Amino acid sequence: MTSAIKPKHQRLVLLVIALVALVGAGLLAAWALRNQASYFYLPSEIVEQAPAPDEDLRLGGMVEPGSIQPQPDGVTIRFAVGDGTTTVPVSFTGIAPALFQENSGVVAEGYMGQDGTFVATNLLAKHDENYMPRELEGMSREQARQRIEATLE
Amino acid sequence: MIAEFGLVCLWLAAALAGLQLVAGLLGLKSGWEGLAVLTRPAALVQALLCLVSFLTLVVLFARTDLSVALVAANSHSAKPMVFKLSGTWGNHEGSMLLWVTVMSVAGGLIASVERRLPERTMLATLGAQAFVALGFYAFLLFASNPFERLPSPPPEGNGLNPLLQDIGLAFHPPTLYVGYVGLSVAFSFVVGALLTRQVTPDFAKAMRPWVLGAWLFLTLGITAGSYWAYYELGWGGWWFWDPTENASLMPWLAATALLHSASVLAARDALRAWTVMLGVIAFSMSMVGTFLVRSGILTSVHAFAVDPERGGFILALLAINIGMALALFATRAGTVAEGERFSVLSREGALVINNVALSAILGVVLLGTLYPLLTEAFDVRVSVGPPYFNPVTAIFALPMLLVLAVGPLLRWRGDKLARVRWPMVALAVLGLVVLAGVALLSDVGLLPLLGFAVAAVVLVGSLLPLKGRNLLRLPLATWGMVVAHFGVGIALFGMAADTAFQTERLVAANVGDVIEVGPWSARLESVAPVAGPNWTALEAAIAVRHGDGAETLTHPQARSFWSPPTETSEVSLVTRWNGQLYVALGDQAQDGRWQLRLWWKPFVTWIWYGGLLIALGGVLALLGRVLTDVRRRRASTLIAARRGDAEVAA
Repeated sequence: MTSAIKPKHQRLVLLVIALVALVGAGLLAAWALRNQASYFYLPSEIVEQAPAPDEDLRLGGMVEPGSIQPQPDGVTIRFAVGDGTTTVPVSFTGIAPALFQENSGVVAEGYMGQDGTFVATNLLAKHDENYMPRELEGMSREQARQRIEATLE
Repeated sequence: MIAEFGLVCLWLAAALAGLQLVAGLLGLKSGWEGLAVLTRPAALVQALLCLVSFLTLVVLFARTDLSVALVAANSHSAKPMVFKLSGTWGNHEGSMLLWVTVMSVAGGLIASVERRLPERTMLATLGAQAFVALGFYAFLLFASNPFERLPSPPPEGNGLNPLLQDIGLAFHPPTLYVGYVGLSVAFSFVVGALLTRQVTPDFAKAMRPWVLGAWLFLTLGITAGSYWAYYELGWGGWWFWDPTENASLMPWLAATALLHSASVLAARDALRAWTVMLGVIAFSMSMVGTFLVRSGILTSVHAFAVDPERGGFILALLAINIGMALALFATRAGTVAEGERFSVLSREGALVINNVALSAILGVVLLGTLYPLLTEAFDVRVSVGPPYFNPVTAIFALPMLLVLAVGPLLRWRGDKLARVRWPMVALAVLGLVVLAGVALLSDVGLLPLLGFAVAAVVLVGSLLPLKGRNLLRLPLATWGMVVAHFGVGIALFGMAADTAFQTERLVAANVGDVIEVGPWSARLESVAPVAGPNWTALEAAIAVRHGDGAETLTHPQARSFWSPPTETSEVSLVTRWNGQLYVALGDQAQDGRWQLRLWWKPFVTWIWYGGLLIALGGVLALLGRVLTDVRRRRASTLIAARRGDAEVAA
């Protein structure tokens, strides 16, 4: 096989392989990014837009006061995340981060269950001792979003 | 006074870098050769001054001198000594000073030991090195002065992020920095070779030890960082595709490609322009990595916009260095003559496939890392995680690893398919047998399934170059290749095994309860408070037993640091040859039970053993190259001396 191709063409073959692989990588990456990136939602957006069940997404908001309910199995908690207009019930099985508490910002990674409860597989809470006042009411959605993001890291 | 002394040393070092730049580049012009002799001494003295400046900062941290702003912001008198020292580079200013120090020491080393290249290329290389260094000196002196004083010292320092108070992490950033900076040396060689149009095998041979060294440190840094994230973050994962992890992975991918293409250039005088291009890409990736980690852009694009000075500075340095290098490449690439030719079925052909695949993976990781930053600029927050990275990188990585198994068996220049037919058939059969075996005996996902098959092919294929060779006379560099490739197989096996077969239990347990996880049983004995130098903790005592083996006690903690107030989970690990039991302690439930999370992770440790083997391969190859150089240099001086004697006698 090798002797049949001229040296000049051998170089061409490699160049074509390289180009196909690199262009393929770019297209593949672009396609996968459109499909695999998980989006950040506020509670009111989740209620309005109703993402497909089982789609990976992140839900950010404030933990509603008095909403944290430990479940009898000892490792599951249920709580509500709100943005001042709407609240969404969340269930999380696992060890909650140290600074997960009422009235502070949280971002839950997971998906919407069939019953309208957000099933969190991971919780990100602010690693900071500063109390965050609950003043999301009256803010524009963009302000609320930034406020919640600012509580992370 | 000490702080001012350090600052003066830093300014002097910067001035010498300026001298090195002028002397190196002007020395290339005819009529200015007299200046050229200053270049090497300037590089040496600059290295010494910079080192002294860095040691000064270490002393300030050791003494907890709170009149220095940086110490006050990042240290605390109650901190253990080793973390006071590591605090020196556990912050922005200190880490940039470390970067410049490593860079100038590397420049000093080239100036004093490198004799292979033509003198003009050396001058251009040292000039380029000084140019890159000057940018970072400016960054330090104007935008992040580590020696700044406070008008009134506070009574106590701020402390260091407790997550960073870990022995593994104390030495993780410097390791990565040495890797990043090593790539800057490769970059300088590339610019030097382009300036004097000397893209030769000798250039590749002079650059290769630096690329090997940088790659070796990056490998160690990534391996250590992965293990740190595994036991410190308490989630039991060993790779998160986190942007900071990607920041170290991207230069590693580029360095791996550069390492292989430099070998082709050194051995066969082919892939000239491509090697030069990769040298530029590799250093760009270190700077992109530094930019991502140091600019604060990862937290939020908005945070970056609030304090754009630092990020902007690094971005400007990136643009200047890479822009000028690319412009140089564009004007000179045409004059770099085409290298030797080779056929597709040859060692070079296999290495080209390696390079293409690594570049594709690099592109995929870069896009995935930058995409969230791009969309955030348009106020759409997305996160890109394993569902993107795992399959898309595997599409290129798995075929590349198959080529890795056969590539070293091929001859340079051109080979006959008939000669390598049987090893290839044997490897293919092995892969298919493992694939069918694992698929039939257990129910695992597609990626781990393919991982097992490819790991088997790599493990066996990597050893085939030893067949029929006298193992005692095999060059060290060849051993290095075999060991590193074998390490890749080991690491891949560990990843596949952990992904496919890990078992997890999350329970709320009373004292005395027994929890089964995989082949292990664990009994909660007690939970009691304990205290350390700057933390308090709840510590559980858990008796664990593997099968019918002996019981061992293990102590996971939930730790609270008080300065700054932070809580961390100190997991406990029980290691066997075939895996690790991972135990984390959580909160106490309202009824008094304790949350416990246990994982049995079969062969997970092989991931890091593999990483260490890859690094060991790098050490062997580096040692082999350097020893050969030393031996050859000694021989040539001997010949020169004899010739001199003969002339005297005549």
